[in-house]
Amino acid sequence: MSGSHDHGHDHHDHDHEHPRLSELQLRVRALESLLVEKGLVDPAALDEFIDIYETKVGPRNGARVVARAWTDPAFLDWLRKDASAAIKSFGFEGRQGEHMVVVENTDKVHNLVVCTLCSCYPWPVLGLPPVWYKSSPYRSRAVIDPRGVLADFGTVLPDDVEIKVWDSTAEVRYLVLPQRPAGTETLSEDELADLVTRNSMIGVETVSYPARPAREAAE
Amino acid sequence: MSAQQQAAAVPLDALPRIPVDKDGPVFREPWEAQAFAMTVKLHEGGLFTWPEWAAALSAEIDRAQAAGDPDLGDTYYQHWLKALEGLVVAKTDLSADRLLSRKEAWARAAERSPHGEPILLPEDERG
Repeated sequence: MSGSHDHGHDHHDHDHEHPRLSELQLRVRALESLLVEKGLVDPAALDEFIDIYETKVGPRNGARVVARAWTDPAFLDWLRKDASAAIKSFGFEGRQGEHMVVVENTDKVHNLVVCTLCSCYPWPVLGLPPVWYKSSPYRSRAVIDPRGVLADFGTVLPDDVEIKVWDSTAEVRYLVLPQRPAGTETLSEDELADLVTRNSMIGVETVSYPARPAREAAE
Repeated sequence: MSAQQQAAAVPLDALPRIPVDKDGPVFREPWEAQAFAMTVKLHEGGLFTWPEWAAALSAEIDRAQAAGDPDLGDTYYQHWLKALEGLVVAKTDLSADRLLSRKEAWARAAERSPHGEPILLPEDERG
């Protein structure tokens, strides 16, 4: 086991310029928390329902970025040097102007991203945060036992692959660039984008070809 | 009925100009999906009928347009949320003041929570 924990945190407080919750987010939280307390909505049912729309915020944006990186060496180079600008060239930009960093999977390194349920999820590229991503067991286990978390998702990596865990910060959001699967040389950029799952861009899965059905973590 | 089937069963056609793609509604930000989900779940729970909801939403959009909303699509869920708040206040014992004070409590909680910590509402601020 060669898990390491690259921690990008600095503890400067930059949140004053960008409140962590917008006015609209606050109103939604107020309404939801009161409705839950009144027993008018079941939070688990709400989460389950929202999860259906996981790919429906900025649909498939991140997958298009990945597919372009796989097919266009100049774009890949740009993405490595300045991911925020490269991603912005697609027109995807977080409202808060957060800095994007792309972490690249190789034969020797696999990247995994964690954060908590504040606003640190790069939804302009990844869509809605999955329910399990927001759970504290995922966050703490990802740091302590990343291989175990990957195994829950059916992802088993060779022992000599180093797993790096990236903790999003208020200023930096990570996007995992998965490895392009073998046998996809003749696929178009659009066909490649269809293979790229949200989970592969968080780093809990690899990209397979032919595509495998989405799989949730074992509870 | 699976969650997927439930989603498919939501009668979106009844709603004015809801942003959709071929598979269903699309959202610009996560809170929009939350507002959408709350509405569907409250309807399923019987708090209001779908025609009641469609009427409330239409009325809110009409009001916004009369007040000069350019209606470029980016404000759709703002109208949605306002309509939902109105319907909840009309149909439950939750008042507009209660929603407002709860919103302020969340704002204080967000302010207090260091980065990387979940934003939680303390028991004593649930008034």
